[in-house]
Amino acid sequence: MSILSISGLNLTIGTVPILRDVSLSARAGEILAVIGESGSGKSMTAYCVNQLLPRGAVATGQVRFDGQDMLALDERALCTLRGADIGMVFQEPMTALNPVQTIGAQVAETVLIHTGKSKAEALRIARDTLNRCGLPAAQFPLDKYPHELSGGQRQRVVIAMAIALRPKLLIADEPTTALDVTTQAQILDLLKGLVKQDNMAMMLISHDLGVVADVADHIAIMRKGEVVESGPTAQIFAEMNHPYTRALFEASNHIPDREAPAVDAPILSVKNLVRDYLLPRKSLFGPAPKFRAVNGVSFELKRGESLGLVGESGCGKSTLTRAILGLEAIQGGEIVINGHRIGAGQFVPRELRRQMQVVFQDPYGSFNPRHKVARLVTEPFHLLSDPPSGAARKAAIDKALTEVGMHPDDADKFIHEFSGGQRQRIAIARALIIEPELIILDEAVSALDVSIRAQILDLLADLSDRLNLSYLFISHDLSVVRAITDRVLVMKSGEFVEVGDTGRVFTDPQHPYTRALIEAAPILEITP
Amino acid sequence: MLIYILKRLLSLGLSLVAASVVIFLAIEVMPGDAAQIMLGINASPDAVEALRQELGLNLSIYARYLSWVGGLLSGDFGVSYTYRVPVTEMIGDRVWLSFPMAIYALVLSTLIAFPIGIIAAAKRGSWADWLVMGGTQLGVAIPNFWFAMLAVQLLAIKYHWFSAGGFPGWENPFLAIRALTLPAFVLALPQASILARVMRSSLLDTLSEDFMRTARAKGNTRRQALVKHALRNAMIPVLTILGLQFSFLLAGAIIVEKIFFLPGIGSLIFTAISQRDLIVVESVVMLLVFAVILVTFVVDITYAVVDPRLRRKAR
Repeated sequence: MSILSISGLNLTIGTVPILRDVSLSARAGEILAVIGESGSGKSMTAYCVNQLLPRGAVATGQVRFDGQDMLALDERALCTLRGADIGMVFQEPMTALNPVQTIGAQVAETVLIHTGKSKAEALRIARDTLNRCGLPAAQFPLDKYPHELSGGQRQRVVIAMAIALRPKLLIADEPTTALDVTTQAQILDLLKGLVKQDNMAMMLISHDLGVVADVADHIAIMRKGEVVESGPTAQIFAEMNHPYTRALFEASNHIPDREAPAVDAPILSVKNLVRDYLLPRKSLFGPAPKFRAVNGVSFELKRGESLGLVGESGCGKSTLTRAILGLEAIQGGEIVINGHRIGAGQFVPRELRRQMQVVFQDPYGSFNPRHKVARLVTEPFHLLSDPPSGAARKAAIDKALTEVGMHPDDADKFIHEFSGGQRQRIAIARALIIEPELIILDEAVSALDVSIRAQILDLLADLSDRLNLSYLFISHDLSVVRAITDRVLVMKSGEFVEVGDTGRVFTDPQHPYTRALIEAAPILEITP
Repeated sequence: MLIYILKRLLSLGLSLVAASVVIFLAIEVMPGDAAQIMLGINASPDAVEALRQELGLNLSIYARYLSWVGGLLSGDFGVSYTYRVPVTEMIGDRVWLSFPMAIYALVLSTLIAFPIGIIAAAKRGSWADWLVMGGTQLGVAIPNFWFAMLAVQLLAIKYHWFSAGGFPGWENPFLAIRALTLPAFVLALPQASILARVMRSSLLDTLSEDFMRTARAKGNTRRQALVKHALRNAMIPVLTILGLQFSFLLAGAIIVEKIFFLPGIGSLIFTAISQRDLIVVESVVMLLVFAVILVTFVVDITYAVVDPRLRRKAR
């Protein structure tokens, strides 16, 4: 029997139609995955269920949960259902918890709101639930605060809050998108186990087909506010009736064509690089303790090569990147860029900095919203002693924008006029404009939808072929690294545990950590 | 937490030392000879020189700094150049007016600002919000001397609810509070307006945080979520403003003191400056600095109470 059944659901916010004729159902003990790219309406469908819709939203149609018509219930009745019968887990574990309350208090709150139990009893239930979610009392006492926990641990707390009263339906909105692969696998495992133990229904919302392939019983694929295809997981993967399903599937396995061979001349070489951070002093006197974020790593990046750097958050990959870019001084070892040596305590000079550019993850946060595109893409000109002006400047902007598939007219627009994928193209144009030899891509495609991601990967492959660029590709997403790199460095706790050709590392990983990473990563089998 | 408090205390001590040096030097470079001013322009050079000896003005700068600081620590602030009475006495009377008045104004300001700020944020875009935003705009814009005179005209002269000026002392606390009510209210109005606006915007920021959605998903009503999850998180900027306002209320009340004929710290320092009574200026400024640093310390401790992330790992 279906716990949740949605039929003919329409939603508008203001005058904008968000959902059109959405029909879905979820059964107890089963996982319904709702898949779609950003703007497909998958999250809004979930918010229609517990009626936590933004202001101005009007939903029509039918949302039946456990025999009740959710669209007809008043706020009071909804409050008694939320948290008790419908639990919810969110995407961002870092911000989903109240920073000034202990984890125990926050989990117990669910119990206190809905039952007449005493505070002591509620805290006891909170303890049990946290234990069930893999946070044992010894390391995770109830009086811990969220900031003392990692992302994965916080997500466990959020899950504990959602399931404390054993709800009939659990809505999980991109619950693992912000997490590392190994943590993602653990959280999915936990959710899957809870669904079976408590005989809950679960609505799992994701943009990633790979994530849900192993866990979902049913899949619904959404696009532009409509369900384009739905059915049992096996059937969906076997048939793929709708072209969009197939396109999504292909995009998430996309491997761009690359041909330019790497020349055997290193453009960047790093030898025994050490990067220390000073920690807060423990005592008033004496030296501050140090944390060694990068511990004597060495590698070479050849001209025209695409080198991957993978590792989980906190492994030191960002620190290493900042050191190479010359944003922070190194404490030991050396960096050689195009034959110029930079040792401990030295900064990378401007002439060398212009040979390297960087593209960051967030296409929304990495641009000043008050500047026009022309000014944004010419930012690296400050690295030149004689920056072009007038017609030459215009020509450089046109060339860079054309290079990344944008139009020269886009130079006069503001950044908010572009989508995420277009912004990332502009970010690449910004990197290209001073014709660097090396581009560092720091999670450059991680925030993009799979179809956009495939386009950007194609663009990067094409650019490296035409302009003989080298890439240092930093990512936690193994499938992307596998698609675009020649060699890969696997980093853990400030050291490289494995270095080798990408194909070899992925098919025959030597180090147990590499093996664990690859096993944790959701991989879609290409069947059709 | 203990380490955090100790660190704050250390910073409090260092701030005081730094402040005393700056104040001493600032007064030192000010033009005007105290001895000359006390004796008048026509005094004989010998008499001036004698007085300089007596006041210790001929000692080296280090010796004078040390004797000043030593005096401060032992509660001996020296003798006023102009009135020839101990500075401690002069300040003593006025402190008992200015501090209570500042605290009174702060309490009034908080009592006004918190509720209206919270209502405006909770009912964003409603008529109540418009009213609060408009009213506070007015409250910031109205010059306080004009508002003070208006209040005196209406509430003191016409209705005789409060006294129009003067301070009867603390022998009868009721009369004292009655005398301080109007000036405190006049002082509080602009502060309350600013505070209410800060409260509103800080609360609005907090209400759009992810954890507020989590709170609603747990089954909290809008009001419960606001009270249980938003308020405490919204307090940090509000506390910062409160700390700054107390400092201002202590020292910046001079116009209001003049209008209500109140013998407060503000008018004391004003007179002392115009009479080159440097020893009084030094002492009063030092006292105010001490009060401000102390308030900052209290605010810092309150931050840590409100926000666990600011506590150094106590375990």
